[in-house]
Amino acid sequence: MKPRQKRIALIVGGLAALGLAAAFVLNALDSNIAFYITPSEIAAGKAPQNKTFRVGGMVKEGSLTRDNLTVSFVITDTARDVKVTYTGILPDLFKEGKGAVAQGRLNPDGSFTATEVLAKHDENYMPPEAGHAIEQAQKAQQTVAKP
Amino acid sequence: MIPELGHFALLLSLFVALVMGILPLAGAQLCQHRWMALARPATTAAFLLIAFSFGCLTWAFYVSDFSVLYVASNSNTQLPTMYRLSAVWGGHEGSLLLWVLMLAGWSLAVAVFSRQLPEAMVARVLGVLGLVLAGLLAFVVFTSNPFDRILPPPAEGRSLNPLLQDPGLVYHPPMLYMGYVGFSVAFAFAIAALIAGQLDAAWARWSRPWTTAAWIFLTLGITLGSWWSYNELGWGGWWFWDPVENASFMPWLVGTALIHSLAVTEKRGSFKNWTVLLAIAAFSLSLLGTFLVRSGVLTSVHAFATDPRRGIFILILLAIVVGSSLMLFAARAPKVSLGGAFALVSRETFLLVNNVLLLVTCGAVLLGTLYPLIVDAFGLGKISVGPPYFNAVFVPIMLPVLALVAIGPVARWKHDDLKTILGRLWPAAIVAAAAGIALPWLAGGWNGAVGLGLALAGWIGAALVSQTADRLKKPGAPTASWWGMQLAHFGLAAFVVGVTLVSNYQEERDVRMEPGDTVMVGGYTFKFLGVREADGPNYRASVGSVELSRDGKTLGTLYPEKRDYGLGSMPMTEAAIDVGFTRDLYVSLGEPLTADRENGAWAVRVYFKPFVVWIWGGCLLMALGGLLAAADRRYRLRVKRTLPAPAGATA
Amino acid sequence: MNRFTWPLIIFVALVGLLAVGLNLNPREVPSPLIGKPAPDFKVAQLKNPEATFSPQEMRGKVWLLNVWASWCVSCREEHPVIVEYARKGLLPPVVGLDYKDKREDGLAWLSRFGDPYLLSAFDADGRVGIDYGVYGVPETYLIDKAGVIRFKQIGPITPEVMEKKILPLVKELDK
Repeated sequence: MKPRQKRIALIVGGLAALGLAAAFVLNALDSNIAFYITPSEIAAGKAPQNKTFRVGGMVKEGSLTRDNLTVSFVITDTARDVKVTYTGILPDLFKEGKGAVAQGRLNPDGSFTATEVLAKHDENYMPPEAGHAIEQAQKAQQTVAKP
Repeated sequence: MIPELGHFALLLSLFVALVMGILPLAGAQLCQHRWMALARPATTAAFLLIAFSFGCLTWAFYVSDFSVLYVASNSNTQLPTMYRLSAVWGGHEGSLLLWVLMLAGWSLAVAVFSRQLPEAMVARVLGVLGLVLAGLLAFVVFTSNPFDRILPPPAEGRSLNPLLQDPGLVYHPPMLYMGYVGFSVAFAFAIAALIAGQLDAAWARWSRPWTTAAWIFLTLGITLGSWWSYNELGWGGWWFWDPVENASFMPWLVGTALIHSLAVTEKRGSFKNWTVLLAIAAFSLSLLGTFLVRSGVLTSVHAFATDPRRGIFILILLAIVVGSSLMLFAARAPKVSLGGAFALVSRETFLLVNNVLLLVTCGAVLLGTLYPLIVDAFGLGKISVGPPYFNAVFVPIMLPVLALVAIGPVARWKHDDLKTILGRLWPAAIVAAAAGIALPWLAGGWNGAVGLGLALAGWIGAALVSQTADRLKKPGAPTASWWGMQLAHFGLAAFVVGVTLVSNYQEERDVRMEPGDTVMVGGYTFKFLGVREADGPNYRASVGSVELSRDGKTLGTLYPEKRDYGLGSMPMTEAAIDVGFTRDLYVSLGEPLTADRENGAWAVRVYFKPFVVWIWGGCLLMALGGLLAAADRRYRLRVKRTLPAPAGATA
Repeated sequence: MNRFTWPLIIFVALVGLLAVGLNLNPREVPSPLIGKPAPDFKVAQLKNPEATFSPQEMRGKVWLLNVWASWCVSCREEHPVIVEYARKGLLPPVVGLDYKDKREDGLAWLSRFGDPYLLSAFDADGRVGIDYGVYGVPETYLIDKAGVIRFKQIGPITPEVMEKKILPLVKELDK
């Protein structure tokens, strides 16, 4: 092969590989991202059906109940609540009155089944997504409450 | 008084770093030998000043001087001495000071071990390092001074995050930083060569051992980090695709590509522009990693509480350092000669493909890490990109890389043909097929993923063995760097075995256990004996006892803990692990399920993890291979040739 | 312009993105409470458990609500600033809110570092903090005569924040 042809072969091969990789990446991104939804958005019917998403907010005080390894609790953004059930061991930082983020699916009855529960590793701060949900809800409440 | 001395030394070192960065570079351009001669003494002075400053901060931690705000925020008197000392880099300010200390240390090493280099080259390399050092020192001094006082001093400091009270933390960040910072040397060599317009084989030979050294530290740092999260986070996972892990993994991928492309540049004079670009990219990604961790733009378990000024400062620093290097690259690269030509089937091509794949992987990881930020920036909502994305992308791109690992070393430089290569590899192909089909079947059933993983590991391993046998038949002993390559590739094969088996055959159970209850996982019986309360040096612990047995034979007892470090702090799960060559047994304690902590039921998590230690073992072999390669005599032989006097120079 | 410029172009785009990202910092989001009435509450006082405190009592005054805790190190950094300005008589009344603390720890803290507060309310379980959207301690709210929040400081008050933001605003609101 002449150097020129060789070059072209290399470039074409490289581009094909890149194109393939890009296709892989975009496909993987599309099917593997999880949106953050606030409890208010769930109440407004904005949550995706049959797709995993994350819900963030504060764990309502006194809402945590246990039945062996299955726990259920309420996540609130101070305006709306969502009931979450989870089977397994909760993270160390999980506490009532603290921020938490649950990942999972919404059931037809409006409750949420989590496959993963996260709490942030710094005791002074709640997960920013949880904070975001609460801020949004307060904003909304105040807009409604305005005379 | 001592903190003030430390602060003063730090300010002084900023001044020295500016001298080290400006005068030698200017001297090299203007042929001013006196200015160039300043590079070495300035480097030594900067290192000594920063080391002194670091010593002062360490002293403040040692004596628990809580009048220093940083000490009060990261240490307390209850902390055991070892953790009090490692707490020096437990927070933002101290870890940056460590960064800077290491940068100065690498610069000093360059100054000491570069006697054989031309004067102008040394001046330029140290000059570039000096400028980077000055930038980071300015960052420390102006936004993150670790010596700020707090008066009146609190009587007791705040405890270090209990998660970070682990021997892993003593070694993990310094190793990681050594790697990050080490790429600055490869970067400085690349920039110096670009400025001088001397991109040649000599340049590649000089930067190779430095790049490999940095890569070794980064490999060890990532390995330790992974080992730490496996032991400490209580989830039994060894890699989470967390933004901060990605921040360390991206420079590693590019650094690995750089090592391979440097080999081509040194041996064949090709890929020069590509190599320079990789050297710039590896260090840029290290800086980017620092930015991502320190600025808080991405949330992760590692994120430090942040100050917006810091984020802006690092971003500006990143823009200046990387922007100016890429501008220089754009201006100089078109004039660089192409180097040795090579055929489509040749070792060069295989290495190029390996490079492109590694870079594509890095790009995919970068995209996944920054995607939440992109979506947020365009106001499309808040999202998270989880491990499934990374696994879905990483594994398919890595498969061809693994296949190439066996082929590349067998192929000849410049020109080869496929038939000969296949002729050399057919025994490996047979071993691979056997490993891929027979082993999963023996393990209890066909499994495509296991078959593929083991086949690739067998392919690499068998190719290594047959190649080594061939090589030993030839006259002359192979070089240390050749052995290094073999060892590192062998480590990769071991790593693949570990990952394949643990991801496919691990078993996990979350169970409710009362004293006396047993659970069977992975053929082992775990018997829960109960929990007792115990006091640690600065915590209270609930210590569970779990007896292990197999086929009625008792193997030992594990003691998983749940620790409470007191008010304003969080409980900590301390997993107990029975480590073995072919399996780990892992037990961690969840929450008590009844009011009676000592005799009641607990939630317990039990794992059976086959071959999990092979993951870290493989990584260690890779690092060891790097060590052999970096220690190759040929990098030191030149010393003898150019320096007539002291005879001991090669030792 | 040549193909070797592409890395630079890609990098510039990346820096642009990161710069935007910095401004999205979740802790930088302005509090939705600013310009809104301060949420009402009624909790026990720290020093006098029998007595209670409610923001209603501060109607007609410009005042500061400072959230602190004995376990919080940043508060220690901030506290001398408040003590100093209160001692000079430059500050409006400051009400402390001892957040998620133990009563004896909070009292010990005040006696050690000084008590610049008109009084401290005691929010043992952090309920008040939830209403105010407290992210981390310390946080400070400036509330006007009508009971509307006019300013919120997340993190410690520095002398700079005091001089440039809080004091001018207090002067204006006092008119």
